Amino acid sequence: MAVVEAQDLHRTYKTHTGTIRRRVKEIEAVRGVSFGIEKGELFGLLGPNGAGKTTTIKMLITLLIPTSGTGRVLGYDVVKDAREVRKRIGYVFGGERGVYERLSGYDNLRYFAELYGVPGRVQKQRIEELLELVGLKGREQERAEGYSRGMKQRLHVARGLLHDPEVLFLDEPTLGLDPVGARELRATIASLTDAGKTILLTTHYMFEADALCDRIAVIARGKILAEGTPRDLKRGVTQGSIVEVEVYGVADETIESVRGLDGVLAVSVEERDQAQVLVVQTKADVELTHAILSHLNGANVGRISRREPTLEDAYVALVTEE
Amino acid sequence: MRALRLLGMGWYFQFKMISRSAFEGIGQVIWPLFFATVAFFVFRAGDSPRTLLYASLGAAVMGMWSATSTTAGAAMQRERWFGTLELLVATPPHFSLILLPVTLGMATIGLYCMAATLLWGRFLFGIHVSIVHPFLFGLSILGTVISFGALGFLFAVCFVRFRAAWALGNLFEYPVWLIGGFLVPLALFPDWVHPISWVLAPTWGMNAIRESALGGSPVNDLAVCLGLGVAYVAIGVLVTERVLRAARVSGALSLT
Repeated sequence: MAVVEAQDLHRTYKTHTGTIRRRVKEIEAVRGVSFGIEKGELFGLLGPNGAGKTTTIKMLITLLIPTSGTGRVLGYDVVKDAREVRKRIGYVFGGERGVYERLSGYDNLRYFAELYGVPGRVQKQRIEELLELVGLKGREQERAEGYSRGMKQRLHVARGLLHDPEVLFLDEPTLGLDPVGARELRATIASLTDAGKTILLTTHYMFEADALCDRIAVIARGKILAEGTPRDLKRGVTQGSIVEVEVYGVADETIESVRGLDGVLAVSVEERDQAQVLVVQTKADVELTHAILSHLNGANVGRISRREPTLEDAYVALVTEE
Repeated sequence: MRALRLLGMGWYFQFKMISRSAFEGIGQVIWPLFFATVAFFVFRAGDSPRTLLYASLGAAVMGMWSATSTTAGAAMQRERWFGTLELLVATPPHFSLILLPVTLGMATIGLYCMAATLLWGRFLFGIHVSIVHPFLFGLSILGTVISFGALGFLFAVCFVRFRAAWALGNLFEYPVWLIGGFLVPLALFPDWVHPISWVLAPTWGMNAIRESALGGSPVNDLAVCLGLGVAYVAIGVLVTERVLRAARVSGALSLT
């Protein structure tokens, strides 16, 4: 039995528009998400902003009730058995919020240790161990308002582990961290799987998912587009090639016309300094460089290169296709 | 036992946070002194020491009530801004065990309001408050603080679901001053107001404090005050799960 199961999860939000004539608008954030995570597995939910990653995770940690579908954690239903689920999971999200700024790091942990029912006699030792694990030892008596973003993030991780949960939900935990801080945090996450934790990680960083996850599900527009090991996903796009064209001031219509070329799988635009780089993924054995250039009439073209696709290209291809 | 520990520790951490906020603290320090000054000037015209004492105690409870009513909503809003509301909801205890210490912590500030007002009256206006039943006076203040915290808890439960409901805290502040009989005797109000004031614990808390200070018997008033406090908590506990479920359905927990 999977430790975490999502079956056909849907979630719709209602928003209101207008002041006098108020209209209700429904937004489908998650549209039929299903997956399972086995014990000890680190499963990545990878997708761009607004893909439905956080909404999915919030349904599984009992903060949102699904519009339809079911979620189970360790056999407990996330709606009917919310309290049982909460006892057994840890939740960590990225960013600077979620910390009581006027309390010290130590008091933040003590408060949540109480809330999670960590017995008084083991609290001190547990907090000391976690401060050591996340590298906050020696700074724990300072008020959290003076912590850097990275320190707050590490405090989040310590909080999520206070009650030694079997399952951890990490929602973009490296968001906004500098490269060194992000690398240290990834090392901490890797050590948690070594300790036998089951982890669901959401991220929009391809390399992070590639480096950490046993399996990845790519999600966009509320649907899972692909699922498998990083190797499986790479294999899916190793056929074909990538043409990169440096351009200066390319119009949206031009991009659309390139996208419509026969043999083009996906087109994305990356901003690099003052130039834009048109990244065109093509089918195997198709030479489209000349055809692409002929569609760029009027635009200043710089360097042109051709290369093999990477996992990131696979991700871009998946999330940009209609 | 575990629930009591959670309430105690929750109160401790919440009170620690409140007492460390300089800006919030300034308001709590100044308000009761302002209320007291206005009340003393108004009632000094009566030229009766008993009237001034009546006003002094009324102004003190006004400060206590303001500290609770306006801050109960602000407490939930603060949790939203900090991004901690979702974290609290995601923990296993019944949410009322988390919420109640927050509002009790706020109400505890009311103890300062009482002391500050009485001292202000003593040193600035020369009102000497001689308490006839000091022990019962202490009990009455404690009971009033607890029932204020309980009423704040009932408000806060609603604030979890409706973000803008913090404004209701401000809305309740002034009417309760009036219909709780803090400065003006209830007998002066129309009959239809009386039932409303009877279901408000502040009315009975105010009576208990005055009775114990001026030599009457505060026991009945105190019992009703505490009984109403218990009723507020019971209603709050009963509706908490329903309110939380509604917030989880609407997705209101993550909104700031």
